[in-house]
Amino acid sequence: MSWLTNYVKPKLQKVLNARETPDNLWHKCKNCGQMIFQKEFIANQYVCAHCEHHDRVPPKDRFDALFDNANYTLLDLPKVKIDPLKFKDTKKYTDRLKAARASTGDEDAIKVGVGKIGGQEAVVGIQNFFFMGGSMGMALGEGIIAGAKEALRLGLPFVMHTASGGARMQEGILSLMQMPRTTVALQMLRDAGLPYIVVLTDPTTGGVSASYAMLGDIQIAEPGAMIAFSGPRVIEQTIREKLPDGFQRAEYLREHGMVDMVVHRHNMREELGKVLSLLMGGRNVKAAAE
Amino acid sequence: MSKDTGDMMTFLEFEKPIAELEGKIRELRSFAGGAGQVDISSEVGQLETKLSKLLKETYAGLSPSQKIQVARHPERPHFQDIVGHLFEDFTPLAGDRAFGEDEALLGGLARFRGQACVVMGHEKGSDTESRIRHNFGMARPEGYRKAIRLMDMAERFNLPVLTLVDTSGAYPGVGAEERGQAEAIARSTDKCLQVGTPLVTCIVGEGGSGGAVAIAAANKVLMMEHAVYSVISPEGCASILWRTNEKAADAANALKITAQDLLNLGVIDGVVAEPLGGAHRDPSRAMNMLGDTLEDALRDMAGVSGDRLRELRREKFLAMGNAGL
Ligand SMILES: [Zn+2]
Repeated sequence: MSWLTNYVKPKLQKVLNARETPDNLWHKCKNCGQMIFQKEFIANQYVCAHCEHHDRVPPKDRFDALFDNANYTLLDLPKVKIDPLKFKDTKKYTDRLKAARASTGDEDAIKVGVGKIGGQEAVVGIQNFFFMGGSMGMALGEGIIAGAKEALRLGLPFVMHTASGGARMQEGILSLMQMPRTTVALQMLRDAGLPYIVVLTDPTTGGVSASYAMLGDIQIAEPGAMIAFSGPRVIEQTIREKLPDGFQRAEYLREHGMVDMVVHRHNMREELGKVLSLLMGGRNVKAAAE
Repeated sequence: MSKDTGDMMTFLEFEKPIAELEGKIRELRSFAGGAGQVDISSEVGQLETKLSKLLKETYAGLSPSQKIQVARHPERPHFQDIVGHLFEDFTPLAGDRAFGEDEALLGGLARFRGQACVVMGHEKGSDTESRIRHNFGMARPEGYRKAIRLMDMAERFNLPVLTLVDTSGAYPGVGAEERGQAEAIARSTDKCLQVGTPLVTCIVGEGGSGGAVAIAAANKVLMMEHAVYSVISPEGCASILWRTNEKAADAANALKITAQDLLNLGVIDGVVAEPLGGAHRDPSRAMNMLGDTLEDALRDMAGVSGDRLRELRREKFLAMGNAGL
């Protein structure tokens, strides 16, 4: 069981023990502007109690809410070559990486866990927007490939939660190559008859939206999530006109046939559990017959 | 290219010394022509040696941002030039059978050096009218869905697929987003990796981000010597990371976008040499050299089964970035 790094216990206690400085005592809703008690906001899965606005969630909180009894094991993800291009803009890429690692405590913008969702075991990948905007570089690509391979090894479905501004520019062409690379991993699942489910969270744009984020057997989106290939600013610059209301939001994508359903975060575990058990149902019948 | 058409060429900023030298040679010739009797062959010979040396030096030392200018040169051979020059019986096929026809990404059946195939690629257009018609080579979802349709057909009829990439990127527009630009690109990349016949790509000019990858996840990915391939335009990268697009040249250096860099990074499989001074100086020769390389690539895959081709393609992309960096 060397692939298991740690056994993660229910994290509720840790959430409740979060440092209570004046800064994080209150949360101001980005949508309605109402002040919410931070503890309550977190206990409500980062959903505003006044307007139901779904804010961004750190991976740990999402894992806790998603897996039955907040019980799961984290997958040890492969290490990749750091800063292959020796990239430097106004800052060195290695410094940006260090800062992101320090502030999140994670290696990169993806974590993968294995556990039960509504009774159905699954491999779950979560992209972390708080780590350099969830940008897609080599580590992220390797994380998705590792998650898909683990699902393949265990004969489980793979559920990917996306949150990303797109490719990690500091890795240049190597970040772009994660589009075909992750696609290969999904094809392996497809060949094995294992479900791949995408949960699109805010925001999912650029090269991420144009690869693994749009290739799910089932596409689920969180309410209000921005899901786009080109961001609204780029489009406005190109066409020089105002964009329609709700453009590129989850509900808009559902209306335009790009996602199957928009699911409230509070119902996500139940909905995912149901969908996974239905999709795995045929497979179980087949296995019983053989 | 013949010396007489020199006047009509578009010179890039860094080509000015080259243009001046060519102007001098032309002047000398016309002077000699007028005087009738003067023997200028030795002077012209000297200048021509100098010119060829200058071209060689300039083009051997192009910076990434100069390469971008060459890759975007209006007289560089485009999809339709290449297909017209290297392919026979080109039969363009239109439409995605769902919404429309996208002339930014052209494709169809053709015969390449005797072999029936599917060929497709971005077309930027060559004058104002055609550039607008081809949307400057920026494809919409319909274009990528047509590409998927053509790859499906190639597989059913056991035809190899050749793709020529030349785009600054997929089109960022309201309609394109509404009709699922992201999904179309994702599915087209998926299809490239799935198709059970040989797939060869050449980045002939610009390879812009996802709009390029969508038809470039191939068994063999080639780049022309002065083509560029990048995750984001250096202008776009500079405006995000440097917060000013005046730093585009720095971004171009940092991003590693040249054929030579990408070969070193193990992202592409080969570089197609261009005539001295770039493909725009001698398009016909440039296209012949491209044709020879494409033919070699196809020959290498002749007789390999569809399953094996798929497997090789997948293994190549999975291995990328794990070695040689
Ligand atoms: Zn609110």
